[in-house]
Amino acid sequence: MSFLRTRLPQIARSVSLVGRQAPYVARNYSSMTYSVPSVTDTPPTSLQSFTEEELMLKETVARFAREVVQPRVRDMDEAEVMDKDIIKAMFENGLMGLETEADLGGAECSFTAAVLAVEELAKIDPSISALCDIHNTLTNTVIRKYGNKDLKEKYLTRLATDTVGSFCISEAGAGSDAFALQTRAEDKGDHYLLNGGKMWISNSGEADIFVVFANADPSKGYKGITAFIVEKEWGVEIAKKEKKLGIRSSSTCVLNFDDVKVPKENVLGEIGQGYKYAIDSLNEGRIGIAAQMIGAAQGAYEIALPYMFERKQFGKPIGSFQAMQHQFAQVACEIEAAKLMTYNAARLKEEGKPFVMEAAMAKFVAAKVAERATSYAVEWMGGNGFVRETGVEKFYRDAKIGSIYEGTNNMQLETVAKIISTKYK
Amino acid sequence: MLRNAARSFGLAARAMPKRSFAHSAIARNAIPGSLQTFTDEELMLKDAVSKFANDVVKPKVLQMDETEVMDKSVVQGLFDQGLMGVETEAEYDGSNCSFTSAIIVIEELAKIDPSVSVMCDVQNTLVGTLVRKYGNKDVKKRFLPRLATDTVGCFCLSEAGSGSDAFALQTRAVDNGDHYVLNGSKMWITNSGEADIFLVFANLDPSKGYKGITCFVVEKEMGVEIAKKESKLGIRASSTCVLNFDDVKVPKENVLGEIGKGYKYAIEILNEGRIGIAAQMLGIAQGAYDIALPYLFQRKQFNTNIGDFQGMQHQYAQIALEIEAARLLTYNAARMKEEGRTFIKEAAMAKLYASQVAEKAASKAIEWCGGVGFTRELGVEKFYRDAKIGAIYEGTSNIQLQTIAKLVSSQYK
Repeated sequence: MSFLRTRLPQIARSVSLVGRQAPYVARNYSSMTYSVPSVTDTPPTSLQSFTEEELMLKETVARFAREVVQPRVRDMDEAEVMDKDIIKAMFENGLMGLETEADLGGAECSFTAAVLAVEELAKIDPSISALCDIHNTLTNTVIRKYGNKDLKEKYLTRLATDTVGSFCISEAGAGSDAFALQTRAEDKGDHYLLNGGKMWISNSGEADIFVVFANADPSKGYKGITAFIVEKEWGVEIAKKEKKLGIRSSSTCVLNFDDVKVPKENVLGEIGQGYKYAIDSLNEGRIGIAAQMIGAAQGAYEIALPYMFERKQFGKPIGSFQAMQHQFAQVACEIEAAKLMTYNAARLKEEGKPFVMEAAMAKFVAAKVAERATSYAVEWMGGNGFVRETGVEKFYRDAKIGSIYEGTNNMQLETVAKIISTKYK
Repeated sequence: MLRNAARSFGLAARAMPKRSFAHSAIARNAIPGSLQTFTDEELMLKDAVSKFANDVVKPKVLQMDETEVMDKSVVQGLFDQGLMGVETEAEYDGSNCSFTSAIIVIEELAKIDPSVSVMCDVQNTLVGTLVRKYGNKDVKKRFLPRLATDTVGCFCLSEAGSGSDAFALQTRAVDNGDHYVLNGSKMWITNSGEADIFLVFANLDPSKGYKGITCFVVEKEMGVEIAKKESKLGIRASSTCVLNFDDVKVPKENVLGEIGKGYKYAIEILNEGRIGIAAQMLGIAQGAYDIALPYLFQRKQFNTNIGDFQGMQHQYAQIALEIEAARLLTYNAARMKEEGRTFIKEAAMAKLYASQVAEKAASKAIEWCGGVGFTRELGVEKFYRDAKIGAIYEGTSNIQLQTIAKLVSSQYK
């Protein structure tokens, strides 16, 4: 394990250097592949290859999801409330500081390990998966990457051990156009004063730590956007909890900031760089959402397929009719493709290679595949797919959020198009 | 007058050989027109239902969905407006309208609430039509006025072990001299929570296989038991229950049509019933679209109405196209039926396609509305949940494909 932790970054570094030294090679390939292909001494592997640590985490989370989460999924969904005991258990099992350094109380796992954890949780409950994903890949990561030593020590440990975190960028008037945000941070000498409102904030019902993006200098446009770490007790107000189609037990709230005092030390990173941090965080966060989506697709599939070989009509299991076979084979194919895109994007990121386009592609494809797979899963089970008892319709409802949050489908297409067209202009 | 015209078309159509180009038969007594052509009566009905749906049903939609209960005043309203006996003859207290009128009613209701729409659809196109077509005078007299004016009915065919394989039903009817005794249970029965009249398919002679299946008109007070109400993904306010029949005595006069012909009645009625479901799906697609499109021109991002971005424009243009195609399939199937032509393939195509379009349109509508689309407040996510049943009930999409394939291949063998 330590071999991988020291050696792998070195390999990654040498790999990306090779890429940069061979621009001529890159341009020949550029019409067929998008990432710069690279040379390595260690034999390259398939995406089914994981480190021992990653596999151990995957198994642990799968067991946790089955044993602890599964029995309460339906109740949480009907009540639209996340079970506090489950959240506590997630902290106890080290699932809330997956990439955080060990000396700060984290599990110090790889990014792919986090992706696997999010996927395994989503196979059982995409709501729990969303909590874990946003907490880890957005809140933890943005602090880990841009926080100074003090902030990291002050907050990463809490986030890893007992405090839920939230990532607050969207507003009523700023969704896809995130930089149009209006929340204002005024310099008051020894503190900032936050005023404004946020909308669509996941985890906010359970969170005590909020990374809030506010504009400290509107005259500079988006270059005034600054990230602040805000604690709930300073006056973060939950104005409204949304009633949703899916991921119902994941709290999605409207937040109000009314003259909230934030100490100067709580500026995350540099003033006016918040917009950059936001883009960077979301670029990797969307690989996490892709993982949630492939988990949802598989979760539904795992319920429907066995059913198809138990349910008989016209004297045989419905899964043995050719048309059904072709349908579930097609869906399996699509889930596999989405999975590979997700894992590949995660590995590219770990290797230090550009991955923005691949991450956008992964999220886009995974969200579509999740919707399709869950839709089919409901149909394959007939009337039983339509009732809430069997649990498959929940995945259908949960999957829909994938094409909306952390960048809508249209925004992913925008991102992909922009990157592709730079190669042809 | 419409009835007379319909009858003569039927005769003309049947006289033409099937394979000649006169499948697009020369209509002897009418000028062929586009599917945008309606009678005065049909248009008036459309307006009336639209008004009823917006004024009476709309304010209660969200609440009925959250509580999973159909509001009694809405049900009463359907009866008061004459929407529960659309095709029933005036002598039986019905509205005496065309089949397409019923389709229009179902579509208009579905634009506001697909749960209310399906109650009306089952009442009219399954229960009412079955009694009208196969009931003797006595049965018609006893039940049609009730169904048209104050009693909800339901259609009881499916069982736990017989969904797509409907004829594998196990509910048994035993001849007990002056009455029949029914034993067994039914599943997935729409309207059963509100109904007092149950059309039950049971086998009177299992030795004959499906040719023993017989249709009985059963009244709730004879002992129909609601064993369980399902908790569903969509059309939540529509009651879907498991029914038990435990030695239920049914008088001999309550056999609908002929003994052993129940299987035939079931197939035939579902063939036309599915045009009704197609209409419901059409209403869903349109209802979702009608919420999302105005939003696209209210919501601005990047200083532009989101509906003005080219990517969005192409998306909603595509959906508009698909809804139109589904509409034409549905209305055409309805008109073919009115003309007395064979319409089985067209009805299956209409239902299959309309259910796919409904899901797609509702899915897109949610996406276009972004986060707001995902909340229950806006009302568009409900159409997404409601649409899903279209691919399942009154014949799954796979069964529709089977039907279509069988009919298409018979033309090539």
